[in-house]
Amino acid sequence: MNKPIIEVKELKTSFRTDEAEVPVVNGISFHINPGEILGIVGESGCGKSVTSLSIMGLVPSPSGKVEGEILFKGENLADAPESRMRKIRGNDIAMIFQEPMTSLNPVFTIGEQLIESIRIHRKWNKKMAEARAVEMLRLVGLPRAEDLIREYPHQLSGGMRQRVMIAMAMICDPALLIADEPTTALDVTIQAQILELMKKLNKETETAIMMITHDLGVVAEICERVAVMYSGRIVEEADVRTIFQDPKHPYTIGLIQSVPDMRDKKERLYSIPGNVPKPGAAQPGCPFAPRCAHAMDKCVTKTPSLKSLSDGQKVRCWLYEDGKGVKLNDTAIS
Amino acid sequence: MFSYTIRRLTALIPVLLGMTFIVFMMIRAIPGNPAQIILGQQATKKAMAALTKELGLDRPWPTQFWEYLSGIFTGDLGVSLKSRVPISEEIWPYLAATIELSLVAMLIAIVIGVNAGIISAWFQNSWFDYVAMVVALIGVSMPIFWLGLMEQYIVAIQWDLLPTTGRDNIRDPVEAVTNFYLIDSLLNNRFDQFIEVIRHLILPGIALGTIPMAIIARMTRSSMLEVMRSDYIRTARAKGMKMFWVVYKHSLKNALIPVVTVIGLQTGLLLGGAILTETIFGWPGIGTYIYEAISYRDYPVIQSGILVVAAIFVLINLVVDLLYAAIDPRIKYK
Ligand SMILES: Nc1ncnc2c1ncn2[C@@H]1O[C@H](COP(=O)(O)OP(=O)(O)OP(=O)(O)O)[C@@H](O)[C@H]1O
Ligand code: SF4
Ligand SMILES: [Mg+2]
Repeated sequence: MNKPIIEVKELKTSFRTDEAEVPVVNGISFHINPGEILGIVGESGCGKSVTSLSIMGLVPSPSGKVEGEILFKGENLADAPESRMRKIRGNDIAMIFQEPMTSLNPVFTIGEQLIESIRIHRKWNKKMAEARAVEMLRLVGLPRAEDLIREYPHQLSGGMRQRVMIAMAMICDPALLIADEPTTALDVTIQAQILELMKKLNKETETAIMMITHDLGVVAEICERVAVMYSGRIVEEADVRTIFQDPKHPYTIGLIQSVPDMRDKKERLYSIPGNVPKPGAAQPGCPFAPRCAHAMDKCVTKTPSLKSLSDGQKVRCWLYEDGKGVKLNDTAIS
Repeated sequence: MFSYTIRRLTALIPVLLGMTFIVFMMIRAIPGNPAQIILGQQATKKAMAALTKELGLDRPWPTQFWEYLSGIFTGDLGVSLKSRVPISEEIWPYLAATIELSLVAMLIAIVIGVNAGIISAWFQNSWFDYVAMVVALIGVSMPIFWLGLMEQYIVAIQWDLLPTTGRDNIRDPVEAVTNFYLIDSLLNNRFDQFIEVIRHLILPGIALGTIPMAIIARMTRSSMLEVMRSDYIRTARAKGMKMFWVVYKHSLKNALIPVVTVIGLQTGLLLGGAILTETIFGWPGIGTYIYEAISYRDYPVIQSGILVVAAIFVLINLVVDLLYAAIDPRIKYK
């Protein structure tokens, strides 16, 4: 395949809180190819949203600090000035958020917000922009597009608002769409429709998608490749089939076992005991060790590195350094 | 919206009726006999009785009230005991003077207050924020009479920069047309007088505008801070919008909703402050008019003066309610 649209190298994002520097994203690297859908999975608080905000240059300053490289079409966004980032945001990289109910401005009409999104980046007149807005609303499957542009967000349902958000994000034809849990707040049938829509748009426009989620069901539905995040690090990366059929990292195995219906034998909803460690406590060793059934002495003292296995699968776990490995049928969790 | 306005106006009638009654009764509770004050200490019993009868003050109060009320509905506010001129004919210059002063004070308060609040929120914890909020804190607790006297002492007397009293230069008075001197001086093609009118407005305008300015600044700041944390502001930034527009367009319109309430309340309270300011700065407004009427026991003037002020207060509140609907599309008045 051709060169990746975005390549993140050793991204570190930390926040300064009363003297202490709290690392939230701890040196993650991944890439997304043009037109590809990459899933980023992980429990709440593992740093998924902070990763996406780092790419967008929207980490709150001055408390936040971003280090490492974010190569977008070869340009390092990590040290691009705000004026450059503004040109990229919404135009080359667009974003949709988890909360469709509150992500649209309540005091402006749908049309005003869509038209504005174009006119920030293109010198179009109102009429052209409006025509494009209507076209986009149709594209995302909204009925009565001509009337809709005169309506306010509160007149729309959550699912409709998320469609509007998608239309708004796609309006400048971005090369990359970051979707931060776009379906989490929606009910199941609407979730499926939105995912279907994103898949369709990905095919039609060849926009690459970085799909952030904590739902492996979403990953199975639309992603081609997955990166599993745990406590600010990527612990495993593989294509979607491999992740479900041959997961390597004990955390990934635990995640898959906790998905209902994913493996029909399991009736009861399995969940990983323990909690995601709070960021800040930068201790040596594997951050998953307190919850891992396979933890060894080494695990608490030394941090494993991301090791490449066959087929581009990567895993960060001492078990694979020593060639032992775990099978999906094993109990992954203590 | 139109029928709502009509209904709100209709609902004002009982409110104004009640107010009229309360004012009517309160004034009769003030000790002192108007006939005696008009005729002086040496007046004979007979002359006093004759005058009381002539003024209609000998009749039972329900009759007096009824007459007064029916007068109001035909636009007759009664006749001044002192000048013997119908109040509806002589009240306007005073009222215009108060309105002009209040509008200027409110203009100062809104323009400076809203912008200071916005900039403080935008650059939270900057030196500007700290200075503005300390000044606002002092401003809120500043007694009008003290501020007014200090202004007069320092700016007008010590520095001799601005006049201490009145609306215009006594030796070159503005020829009244509308009684708004800012307008009249321009209508008369007297730009020099226009400047002179502005010079007279500055000190009382600041004295009267400082408290509302401080309150508006604080309200705007906290409202902006809340709005700027919201999801739709993040959306606006993710579109690539300039921070200036994120603040002044997307944030401000939402933040204004509570600010408008405060502005409305403060405009109402301003009428009270205006009376105080007028006495300090010898401003020939409605406060001065009522104040003089009180020392003269000029019942009709006190009554009608207070009634007019109260009616303005109620009308301001109505305008504020209608403004909400203009700003916030979620509010629909039926
Ligand atoms: N501005 C900030 N200042 C300090 N800490 C922050 C800030 N933003 C996020 N964090 C911390 O970073 C951690 C990761 O947050 P993040 O929002 O990226 O999690 P997430 O993986 O997106 O979780 P979720 O699934 O709940 O959205 C959290 O523990 C959070 O407390
Ligand atoms: S490194 Fe050790 S603790 Fe961490 S996941 Fe692997 S086995 Fe478990
Ligand atoms: Mg998140």
